[in-house]
Amino acid sequence: MTEEKSDKTEKSKETTEEAAEEKAEETVEETEQAEKAEEGGEAKAAEEKKAKKSLPKPKAAAKKKPTPRKDEKYLSRNFEIPNAHNLDVYEANGGYRALKKAMKMDGEEIIEEVKKSNLRGRGGAGFPCGIKWSFLPKESDVPKYLVINADEGEPGTFKDRYLMELDPHRHIEGCIIAAWALGIRYCYIFVRGELQFAQRRLNQAIKQAYDAGYLGKNILGQDFDFDIYVHPGAGAYICGEETGLIEGLEGKSGQPRMKPPFPAVVGVFQAPTIVNNVETISSIPFIIENGGQWFADMGIEKNGGPKLYGLSGPVNNPGVYEAPSGITIRELLERYGGGMRDGHELKAFIPGGSSCAVLKPDALDAQMGFETMREAGSSMGTACITFMDTNTCMVRVAARLAHFYHHESCGQCTPCREGSGWAAKVLDSIEAGRGRMEDLDLLLDMCDNIQGNTICALGDSIAIPVRSYLQVFPEEFEDHIKRQSCPYPAWSKRKTSADSDAA
Amino acid sequence: MAVEFSEEAEATFQDLISRYPNNLAAMLPVLHLAQSEFGWISVEVMDYVANRLDVHPTKVLNAATFYTMYNKQPIGKCHIQVCTTLSCALMGGYEIIDYLEDTLGIRVGETTPDGRFTLSEVECLASCGTAPMFQASFCDGEIEYFENLDAERVDEVLKELNEKLEALPLPKDMH
Repeated sequence: MTEEKSDKTEKSKETTEEAAEEKAEETVEETEQAEKAEEGGEAKAAEEKKAKKSLPKPKAAAKKKPTPRKDEKYLSRNFEIPNAHNLDVYEANGGYRALKKAMKMDGEEIIEEVKKSNLRGRGGAGFPCGIKWSFLPKESDVPKYLVINADEGEPGTFKDRYLMELDPHRHIEGCIIAAWALGIRYCYIFVRGELQFAQRRLNQAIKQAYDAGYLGKNILGQDFDFDIYVHPGAGAYICGEETGLIEGLEGKSGQPRMKPPFPAVVGVFQAPTIVNNVETISSIPFIIENGGQWFADMGIEKNGGPKLYGLSGPVNNPGVYEAPSGITIRELLERYGGGMRDGHELKAFIPGGSSCAVLKPDALDAQMGFETMREAGSSMGTACITFMDTNTCMVRVAARLAHFYHHESCGQCTPCREGSGWAAKVLDSIEAGRGRMEDLDLLLDMCDNIQGNTICALGDSIAIPVRSYLQVFPEEFEDHIKRQSCPYPAWSKRKTSADSDAA
Repeated sequence: MAVEFSEEAEATFQDLISRYPNNLAAMLPVLHLAQSEFGWISVEVMDYVANRLDVHPTKVLNAATFYTMYNKQPIGKCHIQVCTTLSCALMGGYEIIDYLEDTLGIRVGETTPDGRFTLSEVECLASCGTAPMFQASFCDGEIEYFENLDAERVDEVLKELNEKLEALPLPKDMH
């Protein structure tokens, strides 16, 4: 993430590629987070040092530590327990123990444990959670806010949904611990509007927590007041960007803000605000209970803890699985996903949502960590992997994703608004058999002009994947142009991918 | 008919505005409430919401037009929204659209003549591990996901939906 700034000034492909991984992640969070690192000068310097250190000798360094305790479940522990969404069942399984422990600690101690844990933001940007927390001013004349980014919408990503639906109290417990540690008064959980079931489960759990004295005034008899509200989104991918989310929370259209100021200084309702992903906060109770070091040990360098991985596409067992940080994609595919379905051969995969660069099967042994995935040429993003088989047309995938980003662009920055639509049109024409060889350079040129030239990272999220399909599968684009048609089976009997403009 | 919250909706409205430091912030949940009350977000509904929140009507227009979940025109009692983003596309999302178009006798963007179903194609609904899938949004504001679909399952789901729609009154504006 430290490369981000340089990427904005130098336009060379090498630098953009490096910045790519980090940026590609979930819509957005990333740019601002990276910049936030810059804002906190020491943090930035530290990060830079670390990044530089890890770049030249990547895999050897990262593989030093084996990934331990594969079969123990934490985040998904309660998924199989009937009615774990109810307070009594949650408590009977150790629930709210971490909160009671946390409330015997002071805020600084908790932040230190979180720093030590190497918990990285689980929304895609991977910003170290403890460092983010430390940006929040201690003293404030106005109430401070915690905003949970539960606007899960990165194509391929479907993990937070399960945390909210099946283990809502874990999440609430994490929110309360964060509030205690950071002196936060109010929390809004911004849940995408379509996830009504998750909203209902959260609302029910919140009510139970109020009744039990875990929320409200004088929580657990201490001088600590904290309220949580669920805020429904209304169908806008851009609200996954943290300042877009804040705008949406304030009742406006979700157009991301210029940064600085960063949300930790001026966030929702002009107050200091921490924006965290659902899984990030759901991990907090485990850190409190077992210690930051324990969490860090379950992973690889700079990437700690158990993690949810989503597998989708033509694999035998698609779904959400828990494994330690640093697990390889091969193990996720083979051991958890049961391999590709019969008759389907792996052609490509996207490691963490559609904003990440596409990779070929030769990258299957890359470890799931932010640095390791960057070395592999992509990014970890949300760690929800989309697998594609040899029947999949890469031109069509690129076109489909360009349509997605065009549809979801908020429209305030010209390169993103116009560039995404233009890229989609050119990709459509190649897929439809009307491509010209010069279109390939034109597309790369467009990507270079979009990336780094927008307020938020959505622009980068168009440029990075589109460029990656062109660079990883150039022969497929050239073949489409030479034969003036697409050799792959159609997705629909009526439409070509070229017509895939969604509603 | 006059645009006005029912007693029950009014109570929800009061609860919603109590959750935020200013009324504008209640915009998204209040528009959801209005849509479930009135079926869709007409200009009259926008004016009503502006009045109730005491904000300029353009602020309501801004939110209502920016977010895709608000219907700016009347639609069927059940809005079938099929995801065709990447994971769903790979797993047959477009075939589900083809099948629904054939079965319902309408194309994407249209409503069945009996006013029951509107069919749309939408972007990722965070259900990629259970692709292909669609979301059914009912005129009373409820949303349900139907996942791991194939033709056979779509037939079953349509039957379930038809039964459910029997019992569901048309939204007020459509009477």
